[in-house]
Amino acid sequence: MRMSPKPVQTFRDDFTYSNSPGAIARFPFPFPEDEYRYSVNIEPHVTPGPEGSVYEFLLDIDEHYLSEMAERDIVLKENPQRCLAMPHMDLACWDMIERCMQSLAADYPQHFSLTIDGDQWTWHNRLLNIHDSFTFGDSSTLPLPPMEYMGRQVQGDFALLDQRDGDLFLDAGIVTCPADWSLAFDAGMSFSEWHGPVPMAHEMGVFDRALKYLTAIPVGRPVRRLNWTLTVNARMDTSPETYPNWGTDRASVTADNVGEKVHLRVELQVLDRMPRSNALMFSIRTYLLSFDDLVTNPDWARRMHRVLKTLPPELVEYKGLGRYHDLAVEWLSRFDPAN
Amino acid sequence: MSIDSIPVRVAAIEAVAPMIREFRLEAIDGSLPAFSPGSHVQVAMPGEQREIRNAYSLCSDPRETGSYRIAVRLQEDSRGGSAFMHSQVSVGDRLQITPPANFFAPAWHARKHLLIAGGVGITPFMSYIPELERQGADFELHYLYRSSQTGAYRDELMHRLGQAFNGYDSDAGVRCDLSVLLSNREPGSHVYICGPESLIEGVRETARALGWPESLIHYEAFAAPEPGEPFKAKLVRSGRAVEVAADESLLEALEREGIEVPNLCRGGVCGQCVTSVVEGSVEHRDDFLSADEKASGTCIMPCVSRAAGNHLILDL
Repeated sequence: MRMSPKPVQTFRDDFTYSNSPGAIARFPFPFPEDEYRYSVNIEPHVTPGPEGSVYEFLLDIDEHYLSEMAERDIVLKENPQRCLAMPHMDLACWDMIERCMQSLAADYPQHFSLTIDGDQWTWHNRLLNIHDSFTFGDSSTLPLPPMEYMGRQVQGDFALLDQRDGDLFLDAGIVTCPADWSLAFDAGMSFSEWHGPVPMAHEMGVFDRALKYLTAIPVGRPVRRLNWTLTVNARMDTSPETYPNWGTDRASVTADNVGEKVHLRVELQVLDRMPRSNALMFSIRTYLLSFDDLVTNPDWARRMHRVLKTLPPELVEYKGLGRYHDLAVEWLSRFDPAN
Repeated sequence: MSIDSIPVRVAAIEAVAPMIREFRLEAIDGSLPAFSPGSHVQVAMPGEQREIRNAYSLCSDPRETGSYRIAVRLQEDSRGGSAFMHSQVSVGDRLQITPPANFFAPAWHARKHLLIAGGVGITPFMSYIPELERQGADFELHYLYRSSQTGAYRDELMHRLGQAFNGYDSDAGVRCDLSVLLSNREPGSHVYICGPESLIEGVRETARALGWPESLIHYEAFAAPEPGEPFKAKLVRSGRAVEVAADESLLEALEREGIEVPNLCRGGVCGQCVTSVVEGSVEHRDDFLSADEKASGTCIMPCVSRAAGNHLILDL
């Protein structure tokens, strides 16, 4: 089902965020097996994907668009360091603007339009009531720096990875809904450096293989993967910068409130080669689903139970689930006939 | 060609040096994709005995996507590609090219770019220069050529770049002293080399001796595979056998037999054509596989590498 944006809901304080039945049906449930294991689970992001699915277009605009843009505004006002672009990434930022605007205008003509006359571009975002004309490639003609300008109009976090010496460097991005990582901390790091904290995978050679693959991605052949964790409350901004605001949420889970408190957090990550700069655009589109909503699908409920029950202790720790992992497994067990 | 191939029409041909012709290629349907400086395309040429595919750097301004330009030097020992481009291709002809790919992009964070071109190795820098100018970047071009054969675009570049242009015509006895060129450079300088293997090696050795870190040295060799001894490749999955001639690569021989192997650079860099080896020893000539992978003998880059003996058995 294609989703129309609905009025603003919140991802903090009173947490009014909710998923409609249509949004639940299209949720990208990430587990192909009952036991979760690491893999380089990358596949071509061939668009258009199935109609109405989160894979239909390069950028998924859904019912939470206005809510996520409002949340992004709050985060950026609190801490402008959540968006940054090193000076040498300017051309890559324009690549991102070109790719995003052209995709959005082609895929959602009811919401976005783009008129190109040589270097003179006119962009209309009817959802946010933005209407701007600018000179392509000239950042001084935009009302905001290019990364922030585009990032404030697309759901999900974005990073631009500079490619040099056969490696990737995190040199630009807008990151306001991360699963516990910091753009300001990781800025300038290489691929293996920013993956440093991930347990087990280095020893398995996962990152060496992934890096060779990613540096060879050609223009026009984006790839995707899903990542996941659990989040307490429908909180988009679980970043190290705001840890004092959400770290204690994990102690608020009880046997009675697992269903409404605990959310499966899925990231649809897409890597797309930028034609003009040769950078890689890395988009991280986050979907949140409460366990109450998740168990409306019996297959998901059963599998979620089995995945959590067999999750290696290192991953329970890394994903920050220690405080409530047992409660979540116990709560889910009632939906698994094998128990 | 792959499903991604782009049909183009030859819109103009110009002799830009005694041995170099420039071809302007226009899209037949729609426009051509944007590209980054240093990108190349593969051009497919229907040769007499087999289809030939060569990679050529795009030598036009990346902002100009109405057409692409490539420049082809006639090689004395041509394997067929450059001879075909020089003698068989006329204005109005159709050719198939791949979308641009890049293994020689600028280091955007460099504070200074030293571009060293040898002969037809000027081509990737023809796409660098307009973008570096747009960004107001600090750069110098050092252009080594023989005016009796190469030296394409030198008048235009001299005029355009002024002080940043440094030409060395060896036919006029003008030599480039690499140790002077590479000495006393300010921190943040990067050097790029495109040209014959001897020039690349010369710059790398001089730079190394002067204490340049490897991460500041970037180079792109001409991608044509070197010839070797003929051998036979047996393919376990299809049960077929392919004879690889001395003057063709394993990849070309497989393609001649209709066996498609993914590939981008055809020069041992991109890693796309990696193929599993079941039996037989490999003469590795690529820059992609790690030393451990090469020693294990379990895979080969068929675009440049060959059998070390008279046969290989491949998982194809």
